[in-house]
Amino acid sequence: MVLRRPNARPSQCGEMMRLSLWLVVLLLMPGAGVSTSAIAADADSRKSGFDFMRPATQALQKDDSQNPAMLWVKDGEAHWASSQGQSKKSCADCHGDAVKSMRGVAARYPAFSNAMKRPINLAQQINLCRTNQQQAPALPVEDQTLLGIEAYLALQSRGMPIAPPIDTKLNAARTRGEALFKQRIGQIDLSCKDCHIDQAGKSLAGNVIPQAHPTGYPIYRLEWQGVGSLQRRLRNCMTGVRAEPYAPGSEEMVALEAYLAGRAKGMLIESPAVRP
Amino acid sequence: MTMNATRRQFLAASTAITAGVLVRPATLLAQDDVLAALVKSYAGSATPREGRVKLNVAPLVDNGNSVPIEVLVDSPMTPANHVVGIAVFNEKNPQHDVALFVLGPNGGRARVATRIRLATTQKLVAVAKMNDGSCWTHTVEVIVTLAACIED
Amino acid sequence: MARTVITIPATAKRGEIIEIRVLIQHPMETGYRRSSEGAMLARDLIRRFVCRFEPNTTPSSHENVFSATLYAAVAANPYLSFHTVVNSSGVFVMQWDGDNGFAQTERAAITVR
Repeated sequence: MVLRRPNARPSQCGEMMRLSLWLVVLLLMPGAGVSTSAIAADADSRKSGFDFMRPATQALQKDDSQNPAMLWVKDGEAHWASSQGQSKKSCADCHGDAVKSMRGVAARYPAFSNAMKRPINLAQQINLCRTNQQQAPALPVEDQTLLGIEAYLALQSRGMPIAPPIDTKLNAARTRGEALFKQRIGQIDLSCKDCHIDQAGKSLAGNVIPQAHPTGYPIYRLEWQGVGSLQRRLRNCMTGVRAEPYAPGSEEMVALEAYLAGRAKGMLIESPAVRP
Repeated sequence: MTMNATRRQFLAASTAITAGVLVRPATLLAQDDVLAALVKSYAGSATPREGRVKLNVAPLVDNGNSVPIEVLVDSPMTPANHVVGIAVFNEKNPQHDVALFVLGPNGGRARVATRIRLATTQKLVAVAKMNDGSCWTHTVEVIVTLAACIED
Repeated sequence: MARTVITIPATAKRGEIIEIRVLIQHPMETGYRRSSEGAMLARDLIRRFVCRFEPNTTPSSHENVFSATLYAAVAANPYLSFHTVVNSSGVFVMQWDGDNGFAQTERAAITVR
């Protein structure tokens, strides 16, 4: 794969882009004034994990020619066009060019699956396509190809606001996710909230505690030396407080994802992001 | 019980601190020798001097698994006057070699960048070898903080 | 085959200095780590990277642009950036070699305007 123009995508320009987008939002809003600035102020208090990183790590994410997660994106791109399973169909055979058809899709997950009768995340939707449409076996949790497809799809939403579906069928999961977020767990007896809201911005060992907004998944985490999902990251926190993590793909994990997506609604997607 | 444990911890800690104070200068000296010896082995017959090369690395990094470094050498990079090679060594990883680069006389610009691993807070040295045989060095110290919430 | 991301301009002026950036997917396993089960993980490194330039007119008269010897201290998914002067149209041939018979070659063309 040969990249001809580093930084080809304007959405990579971080702060400037974010600022100009807010200006656009403000200009487009009818009846500006008090309510508008209140919304803007509220949004300003939310920060992406990107904002808590040191400049050297930010530089890795800002430039596709340096971002190691782009290697996984290339994997996903190749997979998108390759025929799979007994159907011999590729993703592209049904969905066409992902750059067009998948624009904004990752921004809407988790979503309620009528087929499964429960909320599912993007990885689970990819596997539903595999088993139902392609007649191919589901890919295992944290499988590199699965992460590649996820990263490729998430890239198509880069620069777009996180947009959880307006779907009352998701409410139960969001409520459950919020309860789980605030519930103390493990031998260290900490909830997500205890660190990521009450102590956000302070240091834990050598890192600054971020606000836990899932703006960049799947991420290339320097700690992992590879790409991983939001659920892998949640699992890390759970083992960190010495709790038994919920099973990958479990209702609890998806409920947490649904709550986090709602909490980060409107924040811009940076996928595939780099984190320490 | 609690009193005892505290007293024992205090004694153990103070012994450790004393030992640390006594041992540290000797260790530091030894580590400086490590880098000096590596530079000397790369320089060969030349006497390495400080200057002309700049090793750029953030003084404090988020994670030692991937630390961006850049080596810049003050050189016109012409066939008559150019950098032949650049070596980077570390002080405290299990292995001191980081990377060796060979530049062509047609390099245009003596700048190389990569990403490296640093096991702990330590010194790094970049050595540039010129086509006239001279060798130039730049030593920097990098503080590596330990990450929280690492994988189980 | 390992995925790569190679960043290089498609065209350049004669005599222009260009930057080449390469990324390759590889664990760069040091040989100093243990698995979660406690077993030593065998060393698996890319040991060497070479970039040469083959002019379109005389590909056989290739020129070595840059090479690197990599050790365990190079981060996973190795990234390299270097520069060269472009004097004619041609192809940059990039080659990675490593432990366990790892070998990969990628090519990227450049046109002199």
